[in-house]
Amino acid sequence: MFEGYTLAELGSIFAMQGFAGLILFSVFVLMALGLAIIFGQMGVINMAHGEFLILGAYITYFTSNFFLNYIPALFSAYFFVAMALAFVGAGALGMLVEWAMIRHLYRRPLDTLLATWGLSLILQQFYRSVFGAREVGVELPEWLIGSLPVTDIIEVPINGLFVMALTLMITTAVGVLMYRSRWGKQVRAVMQNRVMAGAVGIDTEKVDRYTFGIGCGIAGVAGSAFTMVGSTGPTSGQLYIVDTFLVVVFGGAQSLLGTIASAFVISQAQSTMEFFLSGSMAKVLTLLTVVGILMLRPQGLFVLKVRR
Amino acid sequence: MRSGNIFLRRNEVVFLVLLAALLLVVFPMALDSFRLNLVGKYLTYAFVALGLVLCWGNAGILSLGQGIFFGLGGYCMAMFLKLESSSPEATAIQSTPGIPDFMDWNQITELPFFWQPFHSLALTVVAILVVPAAFAWIIGVAMFKRRVGGVYFAIITQAIAAILTILIIGQQGYTGGINGITDLRTLKGWDIRTDFAKEVLYFVTVALLLGCLLAAQFVRRSKYGRILVAIRDKEDRVRFSGYDVSNFKIFIFCFASVLAAVGGAMFTLQVGFMSPSFVGIVPSIEMVIYCAVGGRLSLFGAVYGTLFVNYAKTIFSESFPELWLFAMGALFIGVVMAFPNGLAGLWQVHVQPLFDRWAASRAGARPIAPPAAAAAERRT
Repeated sequence: MFEGYTLAELGSIFAMQGFAGLILFSVFVLMALGLAIIFGQMGVINMAHGEFLILGAYITYFTSNFFLNYIPALFSAYFFVAMALAFVGAGALGMLVEWAMIRHLYRRPLDTLLATWGLSLILQQFYRSVFGAREVGVELPEWLIGSLPVTDIIEVPINGLFVMALTLMITTAVGVLMYRSRWGKQVRAVMQNRVMAGAVGIDTEKVDRYTFGIGCGIAGVAGSAFTMVGSTGPTSGQLYIVDTFLVVVFGGAQSLLGTIASAFVISQAQSTMEFFLSGSMAKVLTLLTVVGILMLRPQGLFVLKVRR
Repeated sequence: MRSGNIFLRRNEVVFLVLLAALLLVVFPMALDSFRLNLVGKYLTYAFVALGLVLCWGNAGILSLGQGIFFGLGGYCMAMFLKLESSSPEATAIQSTPGIPDFMDWNQITELPFFWQPFHSLALTVVAILVVPAAFAWIIGVAMFKRRVGGVYFAIITQAIAAILTILIIGQQGYTGGINGITDLRTLKGWDIRTDFAKEVLYFVTVALLLGCLLAAQFVRRSKYGRILVAIRDKEDRVRFSGYDVSNFKIFIFCFASVLAAVGGAMFTLQVGFMSPSFVGIVPSIEMVIYCAVGGRLSLFGAVYGTLFVNYAKTIFSESFPELWLFAMGALFIGVVMAFPNGLAGLWQVHVQPLFDRWAASRAGARPIAPPAAAAAERRT
């Protein structure tokens, strides 16, 4: 498939596709981070994760409209407000869902899958009824439009750079929260041995609720970032859910580092192959490879060593 | 009560007769031919639900990819019917007569090799049974030998369903793409589009379904079925007792896949087309809900659950299309949270004891079992 390209051209193609892959990587990481916390740490299969993402996207859309109509002077900064709102909104919904549904199902992980699938159907229809079936896109502030030329072939879109910077920030924040804070320590303790954690005085119910809430909140932020690179409709969330689960499982469910590494591998592979093959074949090959590797290494790339 | 080696207990014979009467007598008499065809279509999903009862309820393997096997069965049948309806005479206006129309539209001039066997009905029937079984065997060996189970198995089967859908849609020239294989007319010269043909196909479906139900019941009641339950409840202990757990799981997964494929083939015959929208993630999960609503531990429940959910779906999407997803979502959540054993569980806990008491009082004896004991097979 490489015939007919010179080495220099190949280099630029790889660089360009690599960059496109980095944007995909950012979206994957943002989605997968929330999922890695919920699935990897709590063992809950949240099929409604995509819908939490869409909630964030809709919140961003409304915030941008609000700024555009009422305080246009501050429009260039709407995104930061939207992001905070998306986190709070999706997180609050997540905590509500945990209280009403998930906490009754901790012993039955496969049933959380069905129940959250039901939730995702309800949310989808809710979005469709309230916001309409049409896809919506946000208007970007001026400083996010345009692209930086690197060489005469390669151009780098600024919104892509911004999404990547955002991903880096959020990932760092999550890493610090999980591995450097007291709260993160509690989360990891509860997930490794719920009974023992309760015995040493950790309020496991509270930890569960906040963990789920934060996982969903991160999905909301991901949705917020998602509006910069694509448009949003009621069913957009479902397009990504399988990919995201594969990312989390491929990386090793309990390892955040693994999640990031696998998101990188999968997004780069897909984006590079997309240039040479059709998009659907690239996706098929990538997913097949991931499934194949998972069969060889069922626990994923990075395994956390825990005594069972 | 007879002992366990007879695979149908007395009350199950009653259930079987009731189900057969409902499907073979009541429905054909009460429904017009359009509705009857609709019920026939629902029943093809019941094959999948039967497989899921074995696979998920009995063995604890939740497959979110049953649409794969339903689709494989359906596509095998569709390929045969398509070849029959694209004889050189019927497709004379194409630039290459004698190949299916969508291949012609995609500039393919020769029938691909994997279409060749589908000229023969016998080979097609073999393919409907063997292709899904082989595919399931490959997945099963790769997963169960490596001790991939539970959640991971569910996610990977889901991914495979997604891969297959993308592949079918992407390879338009070979598969008909997103439209699927359409415009199917005859089976060995017999027009399948007439009302009479649809009625005949309905009865064939019912007969096959009852046959599959008996076969599934036989598997459940055998020693093998009891080992499966043991694997579901405490896999490690069964393994330590010297059984090769993975082989048991592979077999039941293949068995369920064949059931699903038979359903898919009957679906194609009754509906007259097959498309990737019956293969992917969404239909696969819906099939799980049919089984869950009926009761994941009951074969009869699976059939009734399938009929119930599909009937509700038809009613809702005819009258209140926007409410259907809400209702479906509520059904998912309600089944999981409020009655995990589905309709069959409700029956066993609330209705069955009444019958038992009535039967006991007629026999002049006091009720032997307290109501709670009737809910024998509780999920652990």
